[in-house]
Amino acid sequence: MESKLSVNGVGASCHDTRAASGCGGGSGLAGSELPAAIRAKIDNHPCFSEDAHHHYARMHVAVAPACNIQCHYCNRKYDCSNESRPGVVSELLTPDQAVSKVLAVAAAIPQMTVLGIAGPGDPLANPQRTLETFRQLTEKAPDIKLCVSTNGLALPELVDELCLHNIEHVTITINCVDPDVGAQIYPWIFWKNRRVTGRKAAEILIAQQQKGLEMLVARGVLVKVNSVLIPGVNDEHLKEVSRVVKAKGAFLHNVMPLIAEPEHGTFYGLMGQRGPTAGELGALQEACAGDMRMMRHCRQCRADAVGMLGEDRGAEFTLEKIAGQEIDYAAAMVRRAEVHASIEAQRATKNQTPCATQVPSPRPRTSEAYVSLASLTRRRPTQPATRPVLMAVATTDGQHVDQHFAQARTFALYEASASGIRFIGERRVVHEQGGSTSRDDTTRALQQTIEMLAGCEVVLCSRIGYEPWGHLEAAGIRPNGEYAMAPIEAAITAVYREMVAAGHGLSPVTTPVLMTA
Amino acid sequence: MALQIIEGCVNCWACLPLCPSGAIQDARPHFLIDAEHCSECAGDFADPQCASICPVEGVILDGLGVPLNPPGSLTGVPPDRWDVIRTAIQAR
Repeated sequence: MESKLSVNGVGASCHDTRAASGCGGGSGLAGSELPAAIRAKIDNHPCFSEDAHHHYARMHVAVAPACNIQCHYCNRKYDCSNESRPGVVSELLTPDQAVSKVLAVAAAIPQMTVLGIAGPGDPLANPQRTLETFRQLTEKAPDIKLCVSTNGLALPELVDELCLHNIEHVTITINCVDPDVGAQIYPWIFWKNRRVTGRKAAEILIAQQQKGLEMLVARGVLVKVNSVLIPGVNDEHLKEVSRVVKAKGAFLHNVMPLIAEPEHGTFYGLMGQRGPTAGELGALQEACAGDMRMMRHCRQCRADAVGMLGEDRGAEFTLEKIAGQEIDYAAAMVRRAEVHASIEAQRATKNQTPCATQVPSPRPRTSEAYVSLASLTRRRPTQPATRPVLMAVATTDGQHVDQHFAQARTFALYEASASGIRFIGERRVVHEQGGSTSRDDTTRALQQTIEMLAGCEVVLCSRIGYEPWGHLEAAGIRPNGEYAMAPIEAAITAVYREMVAAGHGLSPVTTPVLMTA
Repeated sequence: MALQIIEGCVNCWACLPLCPSGAIQDARPHFLIDAEHCSECAGDFADPQCASICPVEGVILDGLGVPLNPPGSLTGVPPDRWDVIRTAIQAR
């Protein structure tokens, strides 16, 4: 038994994808041509279906500490529980511990339908630990979907073993298909008992990723491809990546922003490589979408995230707290099935709610359609376009407008447009740590926040003081505290509709088809 | 001669299963190499396996106490860059 394994000191890390990835995130769904079988598989997956993410939860278990490559956006040293970024994790679990945790969470949160292994290293660089966890869960919790995400280096050798378990999705992080680009992203890989560097390393990694992708597709496993958008390194190249992976049968291509701050200690962070602007990310996601419809609610979860997307309830299920818990999983499964049935009944009822505009659709519309599945199934190029608007939201849980402007350290960015709402990413405000509360400092912090929000036209928060209100307005950003505690998408929809109705230069003035919440 | 793991090791487990001599111990605060069993992979591999997969610079030393992965060799970050950044962060 390894259960006495100490849980401290595990270097946080990334399997290669995690500088910006993590869970199955938003990406390109082959809308109209998405086969019913695939649609059924993703329909209650919170990471793949924007509608499902309002109803179902996911969790990651951190069983895989080792990695077989180095990415320039990953630092293996850090373990900070205050951060929510991929590759960072608080508690390393043995397979036995992970299984106990999953059963405890599944019993306590019946909405949890998906279990992923994403690190903190590369799951497939820890094949025994990862596969043992999957083996036990396939046996003990057959109602949980399993996913794994990997940098792909060890994938071809493990595809057949993965297929023995309840694996429905595999995510491969593919940042390039050109070794010259790869050499700027991956300083080394561990391959056939040697450390290989430079272009040669990238060449091997790319070949393995592509081979793994082809093998999974050939076996009917859904493959999502994650790419980290690194401005000046692979930005233009990602269009080629998108074309190649789609041609090989990946069902989603998820382009995520590089997360790089000096304090993360990553190569990119230390060397001043910037992440993409919201505009750059949006443009690239649009370019990679092609005939697929992008899903953009990915939250780049930590490798030990628990709960609905955008929230992390991991602290409720630490080893200490689950120790000694006897889970009657057979009973839990009955209750879970009831909860799932009730969620589905609720979703079905919503589907029958008359919509303001009826658009024939291969699948029922839902009241959340303004952000969700309807937008996957068709595009509406004929719709007179109102101008898209970028909005920032002060939120603690990623679901509600629930934070005071002055307390927000990160803002969730959304783009509202005639075709719906999409999650763009997060912006983090870095204030001086002086501890001083002098007026000058407060004003300076406010200015930094305003600079950080450049490009946004609206900031939604639960409350906001008089003074920052004025400064924001002067900077062309409209503060809005009218939707305190409201769900984010509903609030953004309402604000966008108000802007459209009021003119606000969003002409032509047409209420967006999908804004029917 | 034997290799040595020192402070700075993040206990990521990458090295342990690779050791042909079973000389790496899952110890705390960091993993350790049993000097009696370490062969530096002589006769098994061209390169010492632990040092070939270790992601952290400076934490595996050779028999003479010299780091097998000196600062900058794995990440590409120039060693003085850390000081520059630390100063910049403190000055914020």
